[in-house]
Amino acid sequence: MRGRLLGSPVLWVALLFAALLLRMDALRPLLVQVFPRVEPVVYNRDSFLSLFLSQLGLVAVASLAASLVGVALAVFVTRPAGRDFRAMVNALATVGQTFPPAAVLAIAVPIVGFGARPTVIALFLYGLLPIIENAIAGLEGVPHGVHEAAEGMGLSAWQRVRDVDLPLAAPVILAGIRVSVTIAIGTATIGSTVGALTLGTPIFDGLVANKLPFVLEGAVLVALFAVLTDLLFARLERWLQPVTD
Amino acid sequence: MIEIDKVSKSYGDHRVVDDLSLTVGAGELCVLLGSSGCGKSTTLRMINRLIPTDSGSIRVGGEDVTLVPPEALRRRIGYAIQSIGLFPHWTVEDNIATVPRLLKWREARVRDRVSELLELFRLDPPSYRGKYPHQLSGGEQQRVGVARALAADPELLLMDEPFAAVDPITRDALQAELTRIHRVTEKTIVFVTHDIEEALRLATVIAIMDRGQIVQLGTPLDILEHPANDFVRDFVGRQGLGLKLLSVRKVADRLHAGEAADGEPLSLEASLGEALSAMTARHTDRLPVCDAEGRKIGVIALGDLVR
Repeated sequence: MRGRLLGSPVLWVALLFAALLLRMDALRPLLVQVFPRVEPVVYNRDSFLSLFLSQLGLVAVASLAASLVGVALAVFVTRPAGRDFRAMVNALATVGQTFPPAAVLAIAVPIVGFGARPTVIALFLYGLLPIIENAIAGLEGVPHGVHEAAEGMGLSAWQRVRDVDLPLAAPVILAGIRVSVTIAIGTATIGSTVGALTLGTPIFDGLVANKLPFVLEGAVLVALFAVLTDLLFARLERWLQPVTD
Repeated sequence: MIEIDKVSKSYGDHRVVDDLSLTVGAGELCVLLGSSGCGKSTTLRMINRLIPTDSGSIRVGGEDVTLVPPEALRRRIGYAIQSIGLFPHWTVEDNIATVPRLLKWREARVRDRVSELLELFRLDPPSYRGKYPHQLSGGEQQRVGVARALAADPELLLMDEPFAAVDPITRDALQAELTRIHRVTEKTIVFVTHDIEEALRLATVIAIMDRGQIVQLGTPLDILEHPANDFVRDFVGRQGLGLKLLSVRKVADRLHAGEAADGEPLSLEASLGEALSAMTARHTDRLPVCDAEGRKIGVIALGDLVR
């Protein structure tokens, strides 16, 4: 077990991410060499840790909401009663996906104000499609015979969803959530343009003030955040798999 | 046990079941036999209300099925299907325990019932209860599927081509097992198939269906000896009719009691077909016959087969 943990990229990416998050200033001598004319060379208006926690909060709220709503909609449109709504739900989710998050921010700010709220709305809408699509695919992939047997044995509609459909569709649903969350982490950075605190804040500050090291620091941390999250989801998927296979 | 009274069902303009009436007595194994599209599966699925009827009524145990909530009705009626539909994420034990748990049986009682059913199907409980469906062979999966259908001791068992997807050797074994279990449990069973051999082998009564109606209702022997019309004659098959007759007639009916012959005895319950097969294999025209206790009680001769 320990050998597997040491050999896994999760541990190493997590360590690197934590080290940079907490002790970016340890790289100061190196950065000063590369960018001799920039002062300060390490972003210091907020701690990277607080930026990360703020972004984590935004992504968690938006992705949780998108997962709940997405899976609920998918369950609804795969029931006989909701079948007629399926095309409409798909179309709405696709529109949510085609709309650039920047445009959602531009529309949302006048309505809900600056800060975290427009960012969460944009992330929520943007993250819905992969979750809905995968959840529908997963639910429809439940073998017909399993469905018929469940109904024929007298499981109620809710029991069929809870005990049969969702557990069997779980790996496919999770894959959709994984894609959605990973995209949301990258997309959340543009929330900094409307005043949300994220690891994108140093990126935009750096662009505005022409300080390349800030951009670099923010970008590396966001990338590691996304990679780490993706790896953690991969673990979760592997853990779920043997139950259904 | 089941009274189907003038039931019809249409999809659009197509009448799948047309004013069909059928009564199945307690303890019968009634086979609905017909080619695909004749309405046999639809009829079966109207009994446990997976499909609603358009008109007519269905009573199970004297009670109109539409007066019971569908979930409660289905928990009283076992249901086994061709695709089996075992829950792949549940163990054999959890699969069999589905309906007992829905009925909120105590866990100790559920465990005992699972053991009892696994033993009934000759699956060793300690080694099978914890397995997942994908670890079982096709035949074992179907045994577990039927065990699951019987789990809550339902008054009635509905089976929709349950053995159609397994290989012939396994099917043969499963059919023998169903006959044994029917005899042991004395359940009322309605069994849908398109396979005439299967119907002749299993049924106590056969309903031959065509275009949503019952063309003939009778025992296997009735249907072979007195087909109601050309449709039944064709369906039963003009070729090989004699062999089919041999397969449904029993040695018991042609026995010379009190006489004796040498060799391994046949059972009274054996079919004349089995007797012919044994005579051919052993190059003899007389075989001894024994009763259930194994006592030799008489003889069957080659000439008796064609009497």
